[in-house]
Amino acid sequence: MPDMDEFLEMFFVECDELLDSLATGLRAMEAPDHEKETVHSVFRAVHSMKGAAAAFGLSDLVTFAHRFETVLDLLRSDKLTADEEVMTVLHRSSDLLTDLVTAARQSSAADPVRLEELLGDLDRLIGDEGDDAEDDALAMEFTPLTLDFSPLAGEPAITTYKIVMMPDPEMYRTGNDPAALIHALSQLGDATVTLNATNVPKLSVWSQDDTRLSWEIKLATTAPVTDIHQIFEFVVDCCQLDIHELSDVVAQPAPADSLAEPELPAPGEPVSDLAPSDVEATSKAATPVEAGASKAGQTTGQAATIRVSLDRVDKLMNMIGELVIKEAMLYQVIETAGFTEDPDVVTALEGIRQLAGDIQESVMSIRAQPLKLVFQRMHRILREAADATGKKVRLDTLGENTEVDKTMIERLIDPLTHMIRNSIDHGLEDAVTRQRRGKPQEGTITLSAAHRSGRVQIEVSDDGGGIDRERVRRIAEERGLIPQGATLSSNEIDSLLFLPGFSSKDEVSALSGRGVGLDVVRREIMALGGRVMIQSKEGEGTTFSIALPLTLAVLEGMLIQLRDQTMVLPITAVQETLRPTSATLHGIGKNGRVLSNRGELIPIIDLACSFGLRDAPAPLDDGVLIVVETDSHKRAALHVDGIFDQRQVVIKSLEENYGRVPGVSAATILGDGKIALIIDPEEIVLSSLSEQGRSAMAFAANG
Amino acid sequence: MTARILAVDDSPTIRGLVADVLRKAGFEVFLASDGVEGVGTLTDANPDLIITDINMPKMDGFGLIETVRATGSYSSIPILVLTTESSAELKTRARNAGATGWIVKPFDDERLIAVIDRVLGR
Repeated sequence: MPDMDEFLEMFFVECDELLDSLATGLRAMEAPDHEKETVHSVFRAVHSMKGAAAAFGLSDLVTFAHRFETVLDLLRSDKLTADEEVMTVLHRSSDLLTDLVTAARQSSAADPVRLEELLGDLDRLIGDEGDDAEDDALAMEFTPLTLDFSPLAGEPAITTYKIVMMPDPEMYRTGNDPAALIHALSQLGDATVTLNATNVPKLSVWSQDDTRLSWEIKLATTAPVTDIHQIFEFVVDCCQLDIHELSDVVAQPAPADSLAEPELPAPGEPVSDLAPSDVEATSKAATPVEAGASKAGQTTGQAATIRVSLDRVDKLMNMIGELVIKEAMLYQVIETAGFTEDPDVVTALEGIRQLAGDIQESVMSIRAQPLKLVFQRMHRILREAADATGKKVRLDTLGENTEVDKTMIERLIDPLTHMIRNSIDHGLEDAVTRQRRGKPQEGTITLSAAHRSGRVQIEVSDDGGGIDRERVRRIAEERGLIPQGATLSSNEIDSLLFLPGFSSKDEVSALSGRGVGLDVVRREIMALGGRVMIQSKEGEGTTFSIALPLTLAVLEGMLIQLRDQTMVLPITAVQETLRPTSATLHGIGKNGRVLSNRGELIPIIDLACSFGLRDAPAPLDDGVLIVVETDSHKRAALHVDGIFDQRQVVIKSLEENYGRVPGVSAATILGDGKIALIIDPEEIVLSSLSEQGRSAMAFAANG
Repeated sequence: MTARILAVDDSPTIRGLVADVLRKAGFEVFLASDGVEGVGTLTDANPDLIITDINMPKMDGFGLIETVRATGSYSSIPILVLTTESSAELKTRARNAGATGWIVKPFDDERLIAVIDRVLGR
């Protein structure tokens, strides 16, 4: 049997869904031509929450949901118009409701001041339309029925009542069975029942709607008279009822003539339809409750599910990683044994590889969750940021159903929150400027997501003024982040925004006072194996793009050789591989070398040197150049001794098992059981640029 | 014989709570999440009694009661309304639709069972 905690947990899960549809519905209500059903669904969401919350005695939640619901009811019945002011209150109420649920979940209390404030706002909207009687009714709901046991103090006194009941047709129509009522009465004490059928007409003139039967019940009981009234609570309006006390005398034995009292309904009475035996017996086709529940699930859009702890899924994912490694080992063994030419072996091996891939994909899909979970929260962030800055902003979301790994969902909230705030605070112009530029007063921030070539692309774009590059340059110079008068491309200037220590302080606002820069955003995205890019067009707006891997567990990599070491380069960073020719190579300064590639001069980095495997760069006629591009659009050519293969590798955290190594993001285990390091191209390129690349960069930019 | 009860409510929490209370009291319980599904479950569940919510998507409680009352085999089956609302207007509407009685949420477990026992004549 499930206990109360499980129901409470179930309630919270339900609340999450309801809050979700509430937020979605409220946004839909902002469209001038929204359907009536939208308001109904919003009402239902709040109403359902109220109903379930009451079951757990969550009084704050119930009180607030009730007031909220009252306003929605006025909207529903067109007694109130959803103008801007009303919508603002509704959105805030939805936010507070979310907080109340969170508070209930953590067994804490939500901000009482805000609660009072919003209750006041809602009350103002309710105004005269509000029905005080309804509030009384609600108050009544909270008073559980308490039975008065005081008469039990002494010896219980027996009272005899005479009850006469004559049902109207209405009583039968509503499924109230006189026999059931009489049965209930007889349970209170000693009952003597007499059927009065004298008014029943001859069969020839009898009609089913004609109810002429009445009963007289003499009941000797110790129960209070309220118990008797309680039994008739549903039928007082559909039968003639007379209850009165006979005397204090103990009930007389039943008269002989009433012994044949027909407690069963008379033939032809509609109530006989109730007899289970009369009802079509189809019990063998009966669906078990579980099937019924799963049917219920389909309609609410929540298919039959089980709850599994993330640990178990992680364990499974880990084992699949091991499987991929073992498969690679097996291949190695077979190769050594010289069986790779045998078609049977090749087919079998290919089958295993395919299967491992499929299993991996399935587990990834278990962990995948729609970005909607994050995007939904951004509406609120946006509203709060818009309030704080006094700017009018709208949020458009696209591709909410794009799925990413669950771990990422959680870790994306902070960076996205920051980017949205940044866009509102710094991206969008104030209303006056917008008007001058001929833009709509209301700014638009678009949050979009899509799967793109094995990665997830998330974009935050605004239709603001774009990056003021002169100002960015000035700030960077002031902070000493770049030398005075350095020549930088537009892209490079934009990338300055991500540097630690860059934070425009000459514009203090409620939001930027948080002391967090975009560098934190970048660090968090990089920690997820992703990259952030920025694009901006003056006067038209700025777009931040985040590219994330689909999973944190497996990586498509290029296996490269550095002296006697095998290392892995993430394939996403690789643009092309080439053998250098003297025509494409240029020397700069003492040791600097650049490659002319696609109309650009890019620095050449000797990877073996970067990792201290060689003291001086190897001659370029040996080996291969791999052109990589980092997330900040910096390109470089990595010089390596050779390329082995391209394959999926299982990511094993180096920091967890060993420690952080500069230029290395993680490690993996190869088919031969050896450990290979996974290179972080971003870090390699950046550190190389700071040492020797500055001159090359200047050259490249000028060239 | 175990009485069969069909409980209709769009809130999975309420469904769960009601089902739990009813099962503990020894009833056989069938569930549906709205009026349409409730009507669709009738033949399978073959209930002796229906408990329904009022505010539900697709077909609300009133619709469900009217539909069941118009269905020959179940036209006289007891139907209890389980709702957060307790206004007289609602009771009148429920009664006109053919409801047997009503229980206000949040319900008291014992009282719910007592009312069910009473209308079933147990």
